[in-house]
Amino acid sequence: MIEFIRKQAYLVDFTLSSLLRRKGKNFGLLFVYTLIVFMLASVMLFTHSLKKEAGIILQQSPEIIVQRLVAGRHALIPADYIEKMGRLRGVTSKKARLWGYFYNPVVKANYTVMAPDHLVLTTTEVIIGAGIARTIGLDIGDYFTLRANNDTFSFQVKDILDKHSELVSTDLVLISQKAFRVITGIPEGQFTDIVLSVRNPREVRKVAEKLVQKLPDVRPVLREEILRTYDSIFSWRQGIVFVLLVGALMAFVIFAWDKAPGLSAEEKREIGILKAIGWESGDILRMKFWEGIIISLSAFMLGYLAAYLHVFYSSAVLFEPVLKGWATLYPQFRLVPFIDGLQIATLFFFTIFPYVVATIIPIWKASVTDPDAIMR
Amino acid sequence: MLITLTNINKLFNQGKHDEFHAIRDISLQIEAGKVTCLKGSSGSGKTTLLSMIGCLSRPTSGRVTLEDEILSGLPERFLTDIRRHTFGFIFQKFNLIQGLSVLENVMLPAYPLGLNHKELKSSAQKLISHFGLDRVLHNPVEWLSGGESQRVAICRALINDPRILIADEPTANLDSWLSQEFMGLIDELRQSGKTILITSHDPVVFDSPIVDRIVEMQDGQVVQN
Amino acid sequence: MLLSPAILALILVSAVICLMLMLAGGFAIQLLRLWDINSGSELQLRLERRTYLISTLLTWAFASELISLMLFIYNAESMSGQFVGAMCATGVLNVNEWGWPTLFLKIVIFFSGTIWLALNYLDNKGFDYPLIRIKYYLLLLILPMVVTEFYVQTRYFLEMDPDVITSCCGSLFSVDAKGVAAEVSSLSPRDAIFALYGTGLLVMLSGTWYLLRKQGGLIFSLSGIAAFVAAIMSIISYISLYIYEHPHHHCPFCILKSGHDYAGYTLYVPLFLATSLALAAGSISLWRRIPSVNSAVEIYAPKLVYLALILFNIFYALAAWWVWQSNLSMGSIWQ
Repeated sequence: MIEFIRKQAYLVDFTLSSLLRRKGKNFGLLFVYTLIVFMLASVMLFTHSLKKEAGIILQQSPEIIVQRLVAGRHALIPADYIEKMGRLRGVTSKKARLWGYFYNPVVKANYTVMAPDHLVLTTTEVIIGAGIARTIGLDIGDYFTLRANNDTFSFQVKDILDKHSELVSTDLVLISQKAFRVITGIPEGQFTDIVLSVRNPREVRKVAEKLVQKLPDVRPVLREEILRTYDSIFSWRQGIVFVLLVGALMAFVIFAWDKAPGLSAEEKREIGILKAIGWESGDILRMKFWEGIIISLSAFMLGYLAAYLHVFYSSAVLFEPVLKGWATLYPQFRLVPFIDGLQIATLFFFTIFPYVVATIIPIWKASVTDPDAIMR
Repeated sequence: MLITLTNINKLFNQGKHDEFHAIRDISLQIEAGKVTCLKGSSGSGKTTLLSMIGCLSRPTSGRVTLEDEILSGLPERFLTDIRRHTFGFIFQKFNLIQGLSVLENVMLPAYPLGLNHKELKSSAQKLISHFGLDRVLHNPVEWLSGGESQRVAICRALINDPRILIADEPTANLDSWLSQEFMGLIDELRQSGKTILITSHDPVVFDSPIVDRIVEMQDGQVVQN
Repeated sequence: MLLSPAILALILVSAVICLMLMLAGGFAIQLLRLWDINSGSELQLRLERRTYLISTLLTWAFASELISLMLFIYNAESMSGQFVGAMCATGVLNVNEWGWPTLFLKIVIFFSGTIWLALNYLDNKGFDYPLIRIKYYLLLLILPMVVTEFYVQTRYFLEMDPDVITSCCGSLFSVDAKGVAAEVSSLSPRDAIFALYGTGLLVMLSGTWYLLRKQGGLIFSLSGIAAFVAAIMSIISYISLYIYEHPHHHCPFCILKSGHDYAGYTLYVPLFLATSLALAAGSISLWRRIPSVNSAVEIYAPKLVYLALILFNIFYALAAWWVWQSNLSMGSIWQ
């Protein structure tokens, strides 16, 4: 056993020195390799944490959203629908909501305007998201204007929403119900939708079925369905990006096939010498195995670390616009750092595995050099 | 007899149009503790024969035995194991690894054995100082002169303490004075009990009084023994 | 079809492993036809050199197969959010009829791979390539399994339909349901414990017998397989209940979750290692009579048996510990 470990130590030692003797080539390889790991890892870490973030946010949202449909289109829902629903087993609360989107052509951004009933706001007060405050340069006490129906409405900023939930609250504008009805012209007694809370997740589907039976013109939207859609959309986006990156990966594999195992004339000669002075094919294979491990692990760790810093400490500056993709009110937020086995294993198969496979045959070819080749 | 060759043949590019019969039906015995010289012009097959004796390559047919052990049918990993402990090689162009120090080059053949690092290092240092290379111990080998390179190659051949030393055209890259000096070293090794096999077409080697036996080769056959 | 990086990776890996084994299989056929140990011809030398390539290819292929097995389970676990009714890997494996076969094939290939690598290791210790034909025939047997796995797994992922309402561990591993899984679940804890510690005793006895008498390696391997099966059944039948502290939750996957202290890993890692070592020990002990590997068998087989025994014991100890430390008491089920 000790002999085996010592032997590996010698091989690693020799490998390191031979890697350092060909600095230019090996650092080039390491750089490209690290870059590949960095790109893939960034995409994975970023989309995964977005997915998580969305999940966390949806956790607080109601189990069922009830929308009314008229001619297949989403329409306002009258408040008496709450009574019409009657008692539904398992539903703990029913609430009608008022909300909508406003486009501000000056900053080219969409606001989500909500009129929550649990907040006490006077008709001239507003609470805004941190993104809006940042973009327009507003602080508490300043005036905020909304334009609608050829009219301008001014509000005084009462508060700015907490930074923690910036991903959803960045474009949020909260005003009173009265003000909302004045701006939008939605008559009293009409709402955008109704939300239901259901305690037991197993009852959600049953509740939705009953609802549709009682009120045929409504459409219940389930939270678990939204979550599932998010889940698959994020995985799918990630998958698309990976498919796009396959080109880069192929280029890397070809590069590795060409460069890594050292089939330059000089390295071939070196392997010939080693074999002539008493190294066996297996020893050469093991040495090259260590070479692969050293390069792969360094590239993997460097790339992963860089991606980690990129995603969690610089908020993924490089492809925020591509993947997040909405409006100009970028949320500024730090994603919650995490590491997960599935991701590491997946990343392993996208980087180290192709590298290893691409180098097996060239390495083997080098290792079976005739030991007497250097005598000829 | 230390090494016995029986009806050795070696073919290259077998079955192709450029088939080449490098060694034809050679039978030869090599005694322990003697200096044997394989003499012949280039292309006579002496290097091929030497590589088969030294287990660097396998004969196409025929049998090689080391004492009682048959070597010719062994797979590479076993052959290599025997080779490490039995043969030390000195090549025509020295074949040191550039960029490594003298010490590292000398220790290299012992790496796959997994020996204790301290012991290996001290035995390498002992060898190096025996051959007067103390001064250049940590220098990279590309800084050395021809004579020094050769002595490093000898140290490397001796690091695993082999019984048999094989030298292929050892004086081809040396001037006559250095060649004489090399034969002196060979004599010293013979006296310490090593068996030595040299191929050469250099009179400094085959006319030397140190050589016990000359085997002359031509066209893959032994013409004079 | 659901396109996620983990799925892409799994399909990619299976495809590459398939290609590697096909390449190795092609060489194996050539080698089986042309191999002549007594020849010194260039052809024979080439074949001998190729054995290095095949060994390297297969070592990597089987190592990747192991990682892909883990990735497969992780992935199933993480996809459980995307299917209605799926709460853990069980639900995701149930999405269509290809899920479970893929998992079983991956496990079988992993164990076959260990046997192959053990034989290869032993063969390399013999100077006359004593097992060369056997190990290449075995390779040709493994090849179709790998191809099937690729096919089955690809269909599994391609035919994943997010609209399907799947059934999860709650219904699959329930005492009242029908089918093999349910029968395993409804296995009474008494029978399961009897099977678990009965096969355990068998393993200990046959292993000790081998260590003392140097015979019965094959019996040790077979009892290793029996112990593996009994262990998986026991995990489903009663050990998991104690870990979940829930009298009706029989699931072999949920125990891998962080919520249950990753208990599953402490059971599966020693169990899989012990079983593969037992298989390796048995498969090399068969060749004791071949002179060129006799001494290698004498050295390595007992070592493997010894290690396997230690790992089996660790598994049994941990299984007992999880039950012992649990707050669940199942007095009523014990009658």
